[in-house]
Parts: sequence; structure tokens; C-alpha cells
Amino acid sequence: MEKELLQRHLHFNRRRFLKGLGFGIGGMALGSLLMPDLFSKGEEETAALGLPHFAPKAKRIIYLFQNGAPSQLDLFDYKPLLNKMQGEDLPPSVRNGQRLTGMTANQTKFPLAGTYFQFGQYGQARTWLSELMPYTAKAVDDLCFIKSMYTEAINHDPALTFMQTGAQQGNRPSMGAWLSYGLGSENKNLPAFCVLLSKGKGNGQGVYSKLWSNGFLDSIHQGVQFSNGENPVLYLSDPDGMDRLSRRRMLDELSALNAESYKEFGDPEINTKIQQYEMAYRMQTAVPEITDLSKEPEDIIKLYGPECLVPGTFAANCLLARKLSESGVRFIQLYHQGWDAHGNLPQEIKGQCKDVDQASAALVQDLKQRGLLDETLVIWGGEFGRTNYCQGKLSPENYGRDHHPRCFTIWMAGGGSKPGVYGETDDFGYNIVKDPVHVHDFHATVLHLMGLDHEKLTFRHQGRRYRLTDVAGKVVDGLIA
Amino acid sequence: MTLITGCVITIAACFHSKTDNGRPDTSGDVSYNFDIRPLLSDKCFKCHGPDASHREAHLRLDIADSAYAPLKNTKGAYAIVPGKPEQSELLRRISSPDPSYQMPPTDSHLGALTPQEQRLFEKWISQGARYEKHWAFIPPVKAPLPTPKDARWPLNEIDFFVAHKLEQLDIKPNEEADKERLFKRLSLDLTGLPPTLAQMDAYMADNGKDAYEKQVDALLATPQYGEKMAVHWLDVARYADSYGYQDDNIRTQWPWRDWVIHAFNTNMPYDKFLVGQIAGDMLPNATKEQILATAFFRNHKYTEEGGVVPEEYRIEYLVDKTRTYGKGILGLTVECAQCHDHKYDPFSQKDYYSLLAFFNNTKEIGYEGDVSVSKPAKMPILSFNDSDVHNTLSFINKRDTGAMTVSVMGERDTFRTTYLLSRGRYDAPTDSVRPAAPKAIMSFDTTIFPRNRLGLAKWTVSRTNPLTARVFVNQLWQEFFGRGIVKSAGDFGMQGDLPTNPQLLDWLAVDFMEHGWDIKRLVKQIVTSKTYRQSTRVTPDQKEKDPENAYQSRGPRSRLPAEFVRDLVLSTSGLLVPTIGGPSVKPYQPSGLWESATSGRGVLATYKQDHHDSLYRRGMYTFIKLTVPPPGMGIFDASNRDQCEVRRGRTNTPLQALVMLNDPTVLEAARVLAQRLQAEQTSSDEKITKAFRIILCRKPTATEQKRLTDYYNDELATFKNSPAAAKKTLAVGEYPQQKNIDAVIKAALMRLIDTLYNLEETITKT
Repeated sequence: MEKELLQRHLHFNRRRFLKGLGFGIGGMALGSLLMPDLFSKGEEETAALGLPHFAPKAKRIIYLFQNGAPSQLDLFDYKPLLNKMQGEDLPPSVRNGQRLTGMTANQTKFPLAGTYFQFGQYGQARTWLSELMPYTAKAVDDLCFIKSMYTEAINHDPALTFMQTGAQQGNRPSMGAWLSYGLGSENKNLPAFCVLLSKGKGNGQGVYSKLWSNGFLDSIHQGVQFSNGENPVLYLSDPDGMDRLSRRRMLDELSALNAESYKEFGDPEINTKIQQYEMAYRMQTAVPEITDLSKEPEDIIKLYGPECLVPGTFAANCLLARKLSESGVRFIQLYHQGWDAHGNLPQEIKGQCKDVDQASAALVQDLKQRGLLDETLVIWGGEFGRTNYCQGKLSPENYGRDHHPRCFTIWMAGGGSKPGVYGETDDFGYNIVKDPVHVHDFHATVLHLMGLDHEKLTFRHQGRRYRLTDVAGKVVDGLIA
Repeated sequence: MTLITGCVITIAACFHSKTDNGRPDTSGDVSYNFDIRPLLSDKCFKCHGPDASHREAHLRLDIADSAYAPLKNTKGAYAIVPGKPEQSELLRRISSPDPSYQMPPTDSHLGALTPQEQRLFEKWISQGARYEKHWAFIPPVKAPLPTPKDARWPLNEIDFFVAHKLEQLDIKPNEEADKERLFKRLSLDLTGLPPTLAQMDAYMADNGKDAYEKQVDALLATPQYGEKMAVHWLDVARYADSYGYQDDNIRTQWPWRDWVIHAFNTNMPYDKFLVGQIAGDMLPNATKEQILATAFFRNHKYTEEGGVVPEEYRIEYLVDKTRTYGKGILGLTVECAQCHDHKYDPFSQKDYYSLLAFFNNTKEIGYEGDVSVSKPAKMPILSFNDSDVHNTLSFINKRDTGAMTVSVMGERDTFRTTYLLSRGRYDAPTDSVRPAAPKAIMSFDTTIFPRNRLGLAKWTVSRTNPLTARVFVNQLWQEFFGRGIVKSAGDFGMQGDLPTNPQLLDWLAVDFMEHGWDIKRLVKQIVTSKTYRQSTRVTPDQKEKDPENAYQSRGPRSRLPAEFVRDLVLSTSGLLVPTIGGPSVKPYQPSGLWESATSGRGVLATYKQDHHDSLYRRGMYTFIKLTVPPPGMGIFDASNRDQCEVRRGRTNTPLQALVMLNDPTVLEAARVLAQRLQAEQTSSDEKITKAFRIILCRKPTATEQKRLTDYYNDELATFKNSPAAAKKTLAVGEYPQQKNIDAVIKAALMRLIDTLYNLEETITKT
């Protein structure tokens, strides 16, 4: 429909086109405006998408990725037994053949390490939570904790890639790219999939652009990385000496000359090019407006904490994420580095929590007070868990934890997710004893909340229909409100 | 032989690809290869195909004997009874409206067959339900040249096939493109650079019959030809300058990249090119050059993450090598058989590990330590010094005096047994397998081919291998026409697209082999064809009948690949530094990109931009850090080099507009060309024309000239009112400013040129 509409419009001359469409139809999906092959007969999938498969609960996602894997045992999954057995060896029957990373594979002992931090019960549901998360503690009743997440990878790169693309290796599209492909965007002046990066002081593990890659989908579905420099989006700002009027004159000139070319060659790509320049022009205004946090009122600044005015911090990115989401960006992916606490965990985790606790809780509360939480799914978590035993030397004040794939905790909020605690691990915090949720199940569930059937959201590539969930995954009903 | 001829005739009679022509028609003979198997493959093979572990009801439809056999689960019934559609259970099932009976089942999400497709099956069964070997696995033969009605149109063999096809489809081909546009197209296709004004003038002045051919020969002889050809191969070979995982430290594989350029420039035959890359190290008395060629199989990513399990990654590297070989050289998705039998193509999981076994006997290990002990190459390595470079490896652009190392292939002294890995898991070996190439393609006869990588190399370039030549010819066709004769250039298997002109593809493949796998000869054949030389104008009729230009009813029109967008801008401004090869360079890049994503470890944690000449090298030399590839390149659909890629996307996006509008590279080029023109004693009109000719490679029309002159005058007036803006406009790039010239005029000229760079036609092959 939009396609037809646009096509019809394109036969008008440029000025009438701009008047009729470019500045007029506010709600039109960016997905189609950006659609690269708007006028050619593309793949079957391209034409079929842009609408959910069934009524969605969530319209947008904000994913607060905690890069490096936060320790579930020091934050969410309270295991007093570990404190009781402090220093004792992990029973082999519990470990039960779990493969180890090269960092602890040579350890002769696996001394159990209870958390250094106090846990308490919060909210009406009396949910257990660490003292490291005082702000999150106030929001617990809105959160859906999954204590029984598990993955297959034991190293960062493959685990992160798995969590974001559904495959440990390979150049697959990431979650955001799939959603951009499946649903398009709600805002014609902003990309459907935005990426915001920040770093803590803890042991960092880096991020990679393949995590927000379009994989085999069109490059239009690639995550657009926002930076905290003067150019919030790459190459967005006009160069010095170019004011808006001059830019407008240049675009008019380009448009007229390109139209001449279209008259001669009839290649629809020429008209698409004209459109894309107009879109770029509008982005130049829309993006800086959105990324300008200086006009946020006092109470909002207070809510997110003073760091939210420091560009490039996790807090600033949370606030920016709220603004982008509010403007209709489909998927906003944050990464916060620094959770990889192989040693010095007590010290490092304090800093990490200070970076993220207030702003994460603020984001949930902010969405809620705007009435947006129902339609916005917030996800918080890392790529795997951490071991219940100590890596390196265990002392009363210090310990480290290695990577642990068998269980970890993430939380979701809003977007049709069900507040409460889902899944359970054993008293050692090592194995899942109830309601395991595999990464594929998690993806299937997230897509379901967005109104998409994970088995139907496919793209044919190299002779095969690919999915975010590969060949597995089931929707976890217990996570859905 | 008879099979393929039969098949070709069938195609000629009723070839109708679903993808290109909408609905299939059901008149005439039904071809298994071109009509039935695509449907079976798409809708049935998932459960009734080659994969034994997912086979339902013991029914297999990819083999005639099984399809004709009595059904095990339904007494007295047959899936297919040749000649008797009414007795064939398959037809009943695909046409049944009953969801509990219907095939494919609704919960498979494969979708029901359309009535038209059902009729095709009915017809095929009534015609005898004849099965054929997959077209791509039958060795190609040269069909006699067709005889198009318009005998004057064809210039060479390509044109006979194309004209014949167009006549069948009732499409009129285009006239020849105008001289200027054709020359731009040719120059871009052969060198990746637009013609200079001098080249254009010389060509325009040459009215000889062989003027065009002379230019073809001249361009093929330039060293830029090798650079142009190499870019595609670097995608195939997933070439990059860093290790790729996590900390992503620097590596040194660029001497191999220099070898690729050299190989194309010296017109190394494709068979030799492949043998060198697959097994150069195993050739008798292998030279350093031959060993260097094998770096092809070492270009993939290597982890330096602390704590990995070495064997997990060693296997991952073998998987990558096997995938690259399969997709890049054989045009097959062999990796599908890593975890289970291939669902569509006749490769078992055992076939897969037998192929992988060829690569499993090198000295490579899974893990050499983390980033703190990172080296520029990983074992096995090739070392070479200045004296090698002065003597045998003269094509390597080596600058420092120390010894260099490159990761290459090298066999172990003892034989390592390869195991089939259950579900593809490194820690789940089952039966042992011996090295062998997939028999469905061509048997691996050990009396001819030794059971090692060298044997695989020889098998690959055997004259009877049905795929190698076809796949390469198709990749090359794609380079020139923007689309292969087989659109899915990386998948010639059953799920791949069918060739739009199978006779042409086969003729070219055979001809290529018959002439010693001579690449320049093939390139020349293509660019001197009438087909290639057509105008790109699209008529409504062509748009209707050949929207994708799959049948070459017009000349190829497409936006330039990322690297060549940059090259065009640099070369037309005069900034391009034409040095070939050497270490990759770091030109302007928006600040903070590497820094915001890094773990902080390794020498690539921060982007240290280069200066002077290194700012103006061709796009193919821009440093590729895999975890944060050059942003402008990705925006223009360059491969991220994460894996073997044989076909790039081609999008048209607002982010591309932003790059062209605001990238300092483009702005600096505009400024430098402006100051060059300003130094000439010419009128502003002449300057505008000249800039236009340099950038667009043609003379402007009267309308264009007038528009641009008006625009220039407007900008001039604006800058006159605001000299400060002029000064700011000019302050871009590190290339020296020319002093003592009027800044206002220069800024207006720069803006005009900037506008020309942003025209759609500028970065488009037209």
C-alpha cells in the first residue's frame, strides 16, 4: 500500500512530491521509505513484511546489554549455601562434566565463593536482590526475572554473538536487524535500529559491529551506531560553512539534475536516490533534536542521575534510549562493558552497579510514568553467568568468578512480560532445577511479544530459510503477562 | 551428454523461471531440472530429501527409485507412478484441501502448492516422471550457436545466445551506448577508475573501427586492472587486516593481497591461480610465491580470547576453510552438511567431513595465546626478507627492512585422522573418514588424485569438474552485469537459482577451459560483446518483461562498489596516489569508532590516522579491522569480510547520501579539484564544463550546463556576502591549500564540484 502510494507520488514533479509526502505524512513507516529496493521487484520476503503476524504486546525494545557477563550470584540469585560452604570444593556431582574455560581448566580445586554482598527482599513480591542494586530494588515489582537462562558458549565472543544473532559463529543478522526487517520503523526520520555504547571501569571485553550486523539482510537493517561525538550519527553534520539554506539549494540542484537523468534512462534507482537524499536531509534535523538531552526537565535528570548529562555514559544512553524509543525507534541496543570479573569481583562489580543501577531503574520508571511501559520491552542482562567457585585465590574480601553457561539471570520489564521470578537454580547456583530458558527460547519469546512468530520470520539466503532462532526455540508462556 | 542436450532443448522450448517471469506456464514438456525439482527442493526435500535423519514416512523424493517404490506407510500406494498421475499419492496430497492429509503440512510453514504448480506435477508424471541429474553437476558442453533472426546484431558468441533468448522472450535489445558513457563503463569495469580527460579525448578522437578494442587492450594492460579484479577475490577470501575476534589485534596478510593483484595482472590462468591457493605449498619444489598463495586459506578470523578451548576453534577454522572452498570455488553451500546430511543437495555429513579432512592435516593449532602474545602471523608461517622481495617476490610492496611473516598452509609430518563430528560439535567425534571430494559432483578417483590437498586442487581444476569453471565464469559475469547468469552466485545447488541462459553459461565455461582458463581473454570476450555495449536505457517493455535485466536486454547500470566510489572521488580530483599494494592504510575516519568498541587491549585499540600519501590510496587498501570495519565501506555494501562472500548487496540508502554529502574525503576532493581548476586561465563556464567532464566523463547537456552555471553564480553571490563561510568551507582536509587565490571563487567552485560528486550518475556505471 505504502509502496503503491509512493510510486504514485513519484510521478509527480519533485516539488509537489515533497509537499505531498516528504513533510506531510507523519506516521508513515520509515521501513518503507528506507526500503532500498522500493521500486524494483525484490525478494518475496521484502514485500510480505512490515506487519506483525498477530497482535503484538510490545511495539519497541530497549535492550540494556551488560557486556562481559554480570555475576548473577552477587546480584540476583541468592545462594546462602555458598556462604556456608565458603572455600569448600565444588562437588564433582554438581559440576557433572561441565566443560571449563582455559582460565580455570587447570585449577586443581574449585573453592565455592559465597557473595560478599548482603541480599534482601524487596517490593510487594518480596523479591531477593543484592544491596548493590538499591534503585532496581525499588522497581522489582515491575520486573520479570529469568533466573534460569542458559547458553552453549563459554567464551565472550561466541556467547555475545549467540545472544545477539542466535548463532555463535557466522555472519547472521542480529535481533534488532530481524525486527527492523520484520516490522520496519515507526518514525520516518530515524533508523529502525539504533546502537549506543558505553564502558564501565571493570574488566572490559569489547563489542563488535557484527553484533548489530544486518548479516544477509539488506544493509538498511543494520544497527546505526550513535556516537557521543559531535556527530551523533556518522557523517550526519553538514561541514563548516554549509548552512541549511545552502544545503537545501544543493539538494534542489541535485534533485533537478537527477530528474533529468531519470528522464533519459528510466532507472527507478535514480528516483530512490532523490528520496534518500531528502531523507538524509530530514535526519539532519531530526537526529540532533532527539539526541539533545539538555532540554530534559529537572525531575528527569534527577531520576536518571547526574551522569545522564555526561555524553557516552550508560545513564545518558538510557535517557537517549527512552527518547529514541518514544519517537518510534523499533529497537535500541545498549552495550555497557566491564562486567568480566575474573578477579577483584567485589571491587569491580560495585563500580559497574553504580554505573547502571539507577539509570536502568529510571528507564523503567520513566517509561511507566509516560504510559509507554506496556508497549516497550526493556531487557537487562549479559551473555552468560559466572561460576559459583572462585577463579584464582579466594580470600574473605576478594574473589573472582569464571564464565558459567549453565545458568544466569536476566530481567525484562514491560512490553507484555510478566513481573515476577521465573525459573530456579539449585542451592549451589550451578544448575537449573526448574523451567530452563535457552537463548533460542528467549528469542522466540521476545519475537512473540513483538507479534512475530519466530518460525515465520524467515529470510531465504543461500537456499535456506533462516530464522533468528535457527531450528529451535519455543515461546515461554510463563514469561508472558 | 545426451542428458544435457535433452535438457537444453527442453529449456529452450519452455524455460520459465519462477523468479524472473512470474507464473510458470504449463504448455509443452515439463523439465525435471527446471520445473519440478525447484518445487520438490523447496517444498518437499526438507522431510523427503537427502537428509536421512529428518526423513518422514521413509519416503525419499529426490531419487527416482525411492519415489517410484511402494509407500511403506500406506499399503498399496505409490508416491509417484510414472505416466499415471491419478494413481500417484504425491499428486493427491499436494492438491488436497484437507489439512490432515495435505502436503506440505501446514505446520511446516512451507506453504501449499499453487494450482499451476500442481498442474506442472500432473503433467510431469503423465509425461513419465523422468528424473535428471542436477544441471550443475553435469559437466558443461558447448551447444551449437543459436541462430537469432536478426543475424546482424551479434558481434561475438555471447551475443548469439543473448539475442536468441531475447527473441524467445520477445524483448528488443538496446542500441549501443553513446561513446562517452560506454568508455566510462569500460574503464570502471576494467580498472575500477573512470577514464581521465586525456584518455577520453583520445578515444573520442579515434574514429577507427577498432577504437574500442584498442582501449580494451590498453586498459587490460594497466596495473589497475589487477587491483580491480582483486577486490572481488578479496571478498571471496574474506581478506582483512586484523584477527577478528574480541580483542581483534593486527595481522599481516597483505603480501597475499599483493600476490592476488600480481596474479591478475600477469594473467595467471585460473586453474593455476586456484591450485596455488589450495595447495601451492605441496607442489614439487614449491617456491615462496606458491606457498604465499595458500594464505588464501588462512585469511579467516583467529581468536585470541583468553580461556578458549583450542580444539573448538581449530575445528571452527576448518569449518571456515571448507565453507570458503565450497561457496567461493564450487558455488555450493556445503556447510549445511556440517551438523546433518544436506537437506537439499546430495552431500551427506560424511561427504562434508571427507572434504574438511583435506584441510585437517596442516600444522595449524587452535590457539596460540591471548592478545598479549599476539604475532602478525600464526603457524605455519612463511618468512621472507628483503632479498626475497628483490628477487622472486618483487610484487610485494614491502617498505621496512625486517623479515616478514604471513600465515600460510603447511602439512604435518604425520597424518591426522578426521572424524565425523556428531551435530558438528568439536567434542563429539564419531566415525573416522578419509579425505575425498563430494562424489555427487565428480568422483574422487584416487588413481588420478592423491588423497591430500594437492589432490583436491587437481580435482577442482579437472576439465571434467562440472562446477569450477561455471562458478567462476558466473562470478565474472556478475562483476560486469551486476547479476550472475545464475543469480545465486554462491549456490549452484538445488535450492539455488536456475541459470537464466544455461547454454550461454555452459558455452562460456567450456570455452574458458578450452582456452587455458585465460581470464583476460574471457574479460575481453565479455566487454567486446554487443550485449555489454548496449545502452542502459530502460523501455517500459523491458521493465515489464525483464525487470532485473536477467536476460541482458540492456546494458548494465549499477551503483559502484564501495571501494570504487572512493577511488572515483580521489582520482577525478587528482588526489589519488596510485601505489600498488603494501600495508593497509588508515585514512580519515569519524573519531571514536574504534575506541568506543574496544576492550582496550592490542595495538588496534585506538585509530591512528595516517597522513600524506596514505590518505589518498585506493579504497581496497583501507585498513579493515574486522570488529569495526571502515564505516563508509559498510554503508556502501562492502563485505564486512567476516566470511566468504561472493555477491554483495546493492542498497540505496540515506546513510549513503550522508557519506557523499559530509565525508571529508569527498569535500577535500572537491576543494582540491577546485583549486586545480582555479589555477587555469579559463572562464568560469569552461571550468564548470571541465569539472563536469572529469567527474561525469561526458560533456554536459545544454540544460545541465545552464543549471550548473546558475547554481555556481548563486553560490558565488552567497559566498561574496559571507567570505567567512567561504573560508570555513575551504578548511577541509590535510592536502595543502593553495594560497593567494580568491577564496570566494574557490569556495563556489568547490561547492559546484561537491554537487557533481553527489549526482546519482557520478557513482553509477551507466
